[in-house]
Amino acid sequence: MHELKLKYQGKKMAPAFNAFHTFLFTPNETTHGGTHVKAVDDLKRTMNTVIMALVPILIFSMFNAGYQYYAAIDAANGTPRTLSLFENFLTWDNFWIGIVKVLPLLVVSYGVGLLVEFIFAVIKGHEVEEGYLVTGMLVPLIVPIDTPLWMLAVAVVFGVVIGKEVFGGTGMNILNPALTIRAFLFFAYPTWMSGDKVWVYQAVERAGGPDAISGETILGFLAQNKGSEMAYSVSDMFFGFIPGSVGETSTLLILLGGLFLIYTKIASWRIMLSAVIGSLVMGLIFNQVVDMGWVTETSKFYGLMSFDFWKHLIIGGLAFGIVFMATDPVTGSQTNRGKWIYGFFIGFISVMIRVFNPAYPEGVFLAILLMNVFAPTIDHYVVQGNIKRRMKRLKNAVILPKDSDGKAEELKAETV
Amino acid sequence: MALLSKKDTNLITDPLADNNPITIQVLGICSALAITAELKASLVMAVSVMFVLAMGNVVISLMRNIIPSKIRIIVQLIVVATLVIIVDQVLKAFAYELSKTLAVFVGLIITNCIIMGRFEAFALGNGPWRSFLDGIGNSMGYGLILVIVGFFRELLGSGTLFGIPVLGDPIEKTGLYSIGYENNGFMIIPPAALIVVGIIIWVQRSRNPALVEEN
Repeated sequence: MHELKLKYQGKKMAPAFNAFHTFLFTPNETTHGGTHVKAVDDLKRTMNTVIMALVPILIFSMFNAGYQYYAAIDAANGTPRTLSLFENFLTWDNFWIGIVKVLPLLVVSYGVGLLVEFIFAVIKGHEVEEGYLVTGMLVPLIVPIDTPLWMLAVAVVFGVVIGKEVFGGTGMNILNPALTIRAFLFFAYPTWMSGDKVWVYQAVERAGGPDAISGETILGFLAQNKGSEMAYSVSDMFFGFIPGSVGETSTLLILLGGLFLIYTKIASWRIMLSAVIGSLVMGLIFNQVVDMGWVTETSKFYGLMSFDFWKHLIIGGLAFGIVFMATDPVTGSQTNRGKWIYGFFIGFISVMIRVFNPAYPEGVFLAILLMNVFAPTIDHYVVQGNIKRRMKRLKNAVILPKDSDGKAEELKAETV
Repeated sequence: MALLSKKDTNLITDPLADNNPITIQVLGICSALAITAELKASLVMAVSVMFVLAMGNVVISLMRNIIPSKIRIIVQLIVVATLVIIVDQVLKAFAYELSKTLAVFVGLIITNCIIMGRFEAFALGNGPWRSFLDGIGNSMGYGLILVIVGFFRELLGSGTLFGIPVLGDPIEKTGLYSIGYENNGFMIIPPAALIVVGIIIWVQRSRNPALVEEN
């Protein structure tokens, strides 16, 4: 490989080749001269850690895809169904539907995304950046299961080019590319991104037929004030046996992934914690408003407003967004105090959008994109505030004569 | 060209590419975002702006030596407003449906930065004939971008061009729609125009690096 690399050096395809080379092997170059920091956690290691945190979610989502499909069929036939982990959840049938539906999404996401990255690397003549490794994994997890593959491909091209490459590639982007892709899909093809048909395998094809099935998300139920008709228990919501985007349902696995990321210091616990606090605060405010009788049952906001505040965390994409999207080190705030503010508003605005805009039942991606845009501003003011505080301290400080002055003179005297 | 000297020809051709009012001077963006969801509306807008800008340039150029410089902005506004009202009335009389689509944006030609910009930058210092050519050139540069943006937005967003379906029927599932293609709802909303204009700027500047601004 090293020899081949030398052979291609300076050629047009060199960046593409180098990418494969460094992906599989340690480079044969070392830096010469100067001081450099040596650490194992380079970009690739960081990305791979996030992917490891995502793998359990991906596998769970494959089982859930099948489970929701059979559950929806049972519901349509009026057959009662009780969840049993080993009898009707972890079955080969379920997993097979997951493989058939989720794997193509994953393959298209990675294939198209990396192709765009390679093309840009060759045009610009720089190294292929690893930024897409995580994005490519996130994308299939945040779309509905029946998303047509060509739509996903178009959205990935858009997201990678407009969301990332025009700003200069990995590390320079303002917006989270995975969420840019999701937002593009949402606005471009709304019929495939919301409603009660898209969350279950084959539900779109069967719509209107004699064997029609549907799977409304919990947020969808609530937005239509039909919370009482919903048959999901709190543990269903927490463990993720509910319809939703491919990988967003299991709060438990997301939580484990989040703890893993915090333990490995890849993601910021400040952002996660403050986002959780933010969503709880907003949820509490809405609960209070309902308790005080300002919003009655006839209001169209009643369903979501009266929803217990802590349950917002275990439904929809909020948990997934907080753990894997909001903590993106490139697009989030960089300063510690900034991270608290940034995270808090993500949680706060997510729940607000959920409740107030039934057209966007899933406000998490919009909230995170909005705060992505604001992150540099927050950082700027945090840094300015810090400078101001220290200037003030400096002004008030009594300037003592320095010890070192005397010593330096002594030293001078000795050397002379 | 015998009709126009080389200098005069440049007045028309420059704004089409290297000195385009939208992509280089970044003027008149608002209307480019608002009305380009359909090709027809873009074209009508382009023609309206061409009329207003060319006539306005001539009028301002004729009056340039008698306008007191302190009140020149007011005089310019009155000239534009008069011309815009003419355009608006003509549209209402002969293309009522279209004038409803364009709605307030015909009236807002008054605030189109390109028009005031050309009055200030060109018509106040040049003769009527050259000012006329400058107006034609700039409004053609403006219209060119409008038509390009309108073309892509209407084709991708509604699957039509000038209201005629070109990709098949989305309801009956003919043409492209029979293999699962769907219209892109994102292209209909104004942010899409911003992105299309951005892509045009990107393509133009990477073809001609001399246009890239230093900062």
